[in-house]
Amino acid sequence: MIGEKVISAEKLTKRFGDFTAVDHITFDVVKGEIFGFLGANGAGKTTAMRMLCGLSLPTLGSAMVAGFDVYRQNELIKKNIGYMSQKFSLYEDLTIRENIRFYAGIYGLTDDKIKEKSNLLINRLNLAGQEKSLVRSLPLGWRQKLAFLIAIVHDPAIVFLDEPTGGVDPITRREFWELIYDASSKGITVFVTTHYMDEAEYCHRVSIMVDGRIDALDSPANLMKEYASSSMDGVFLQLARKALRMSD
Amino acid sequence: MRALKFLLQKELRQIFRDPSIFFILFIMPMIQLMVLPLAADYEIKNINLGVVNHDHSGYSRKLINKIVSSGYFRLKDYSSTFSQALRGIELDKTDLVLEIPAQFERKLVKENESTILVAANAINGVKAGLGSAYIQGIIGDFNQDVRMQWIQAPRFNPQPTIDVEYSDWYNPDMNYRDFMVPGILVMLVTMIGSSFASNNIVREKEMGTIEQINVSPIKKTQFILGKLIPFWMLALAVLTVGLFIARIFYGIVPLGHYLTIYVFASIYLLAILGLGLLMSTYAQTQQQSMLVSFFVTMVFNLLSGLYTPIESMPQWAQIITRLNPVSYFIEVMRMVVLKGSGLADIKYQILALLGFAVFFNGWAIVNYKKRS
Repeated sequence: MIGEKVISAEKLTKRFGDFTAVDHITFDVVKGEIFGFLGANGAGKTTAMRMLCGLSLPTLGSAMVAGFDVYRQNELIKKNIGYMSQKFSLYEDLTIRENIRFYAGIYGLTDDKIKEKSNLLINRLNLAGQEKSLVRSLPLGWRQKLAFLIAIVHDPAIVFLDEPTGGVDPITRREFWELIYDASSKGITVFVTTHYMDEAEYCHRVSIMVDGRIDALDSPANLMKEYASSSMDGVFLQLARKALRMSD
Repeated sequence: MRALKFLLQKELRQIFRDPSIFFILFIMPMIQLMVLPLAADYEIKNINLGVVNHDHSGYSRKLINKIVSSGYFRLKDYSSTFSQALRGIELDKTDLVLEIPAQFERKLVKENESTILVAANAINGVKAGLGSAYIQGIIGDFNQDVRMQWIQAPRFNPQPTIDVEYSDWYNPDMNYRDFMVPGILVMLVTMIGSSFASNNIVREKEMGTIEQINVSPIKKTQFILGKLIPFWMLALAVLTVGLFIARIFYGIVPLGHYLTIYVFASIYLLAILGLGLLMSTYAQTQQQSMLVSFFVTMVFNLLSGLYTPIESMPQWAQIITRLNPVSYFIEVMRMVVLKGSGLADIKYQILALLGFAVFFNGWAIVNYKKRS
């Protein structure tokens, strides 16, 4: 794939004491791409993602995200990315509209823009009429969709999604991926970790992490060819079984 | 600074959406201020008295009458031997035993002097000490009465005596409540403020929402201010409710200005809330932060001069009280309420508290890290 690089990591490494969570990973992600970041539990996906988001300071290596350096310009990166963590991260004791308003507000959107975005978002999720109910009362699938749209409410260059569909039913997962495609078609680069191999097949390219390293990186079709497997499941199993590290 | 507006809006919404807010704002101050001052009264009354009267004379009865009618003692036990009376102390029936020897009256009349024995249960040292002191006073008085009756007053007294006249300034009725209520109010505001602040950031850590904040461009100072300001307003509201209760129920109207109290409280709260937020940035769970803040407020309250005068603490404890923001507020509160002190009188305390506020909040901002 040829295009403008929005993420480029070079030998990016994170050590916690003796433990090397992320071990010299090198890769690029181009604009508008949906980049799948796969790996077993404990392979180092979340740590790698946190370094790219400016939440964790790398030990070694370099990385540029949205044109900014992860060491020195981490606060500038934060202006230009969206992030949805593994843990549910909306305020449960605020309403849908209040959550949208808060997150849009702290990213500096104007009042008019906040109003416009809120209405758009609520309509997109068919939540009209429910916008005054507390987020706590929403079913998990709805919350995740809402959290995603809130993560991109400020039109970031890149959105990082850490297992966004964990525990979500298949229908809602499909709807979630429709939202992802929507975002991608608007030029937002999507960086997503997942354990669902069907979802991996929706990605333009995937990387597979084993013991903190990236052991494979290509489009799903090429990977299946290379590993002589009919599904991403097969590819993943062949690679992940080589892991020496205990999964949690 | 626009982000701050949204942080404040969010925080206030969350605070007022919590159903316990009504309890914290109104019920807690009412209970604390209406119950505690009545219980925390250091005047000792109802001291249970046991009497062993070997004399059975007019004078001995007069003395006992005088003691009982003073209002501080309750005659609980009349024994015929001292050991029997001691048994009463052992059983906790009495606090103090008064033994009047045989021939008390006779000696008094003939030899011009007589002795009586007072034995006190000193498990509660304060009660024993005060009880003995009261009884001494009453016996001294009795002495005077006897002298007046028996000795013809000479034209001029050969023995010079010095009489002490008391004049109690600032709290002329020696009303304990006027002294305690302002102090308890300080304790209340401190407890509410620090527990709110120390729990809050940890709660965001537990919920996972802090991660979402950390990945946003919010500045650290904005985030801490966004937490500080709402609790500051809340604690000032509690103070207002408390001052209102003090006025309605105890008739306590500060001699100084309410404005002085509010100016000082505003600075004081910045310090206390800063400390709470600081603890919050260190703690990983709400349990941890609750325990730590409970411990700190307990030490602060005991070393604040609320219950015991700072002047009588050991030197090292006195130094600690100077590092304790609570002691300053209690001091100031009493100065303003009872002495009518103004801003100029408390400038030293204001400066000290400003120092604490800058120190704790600065430390909290430094310790709150958006990146690990």
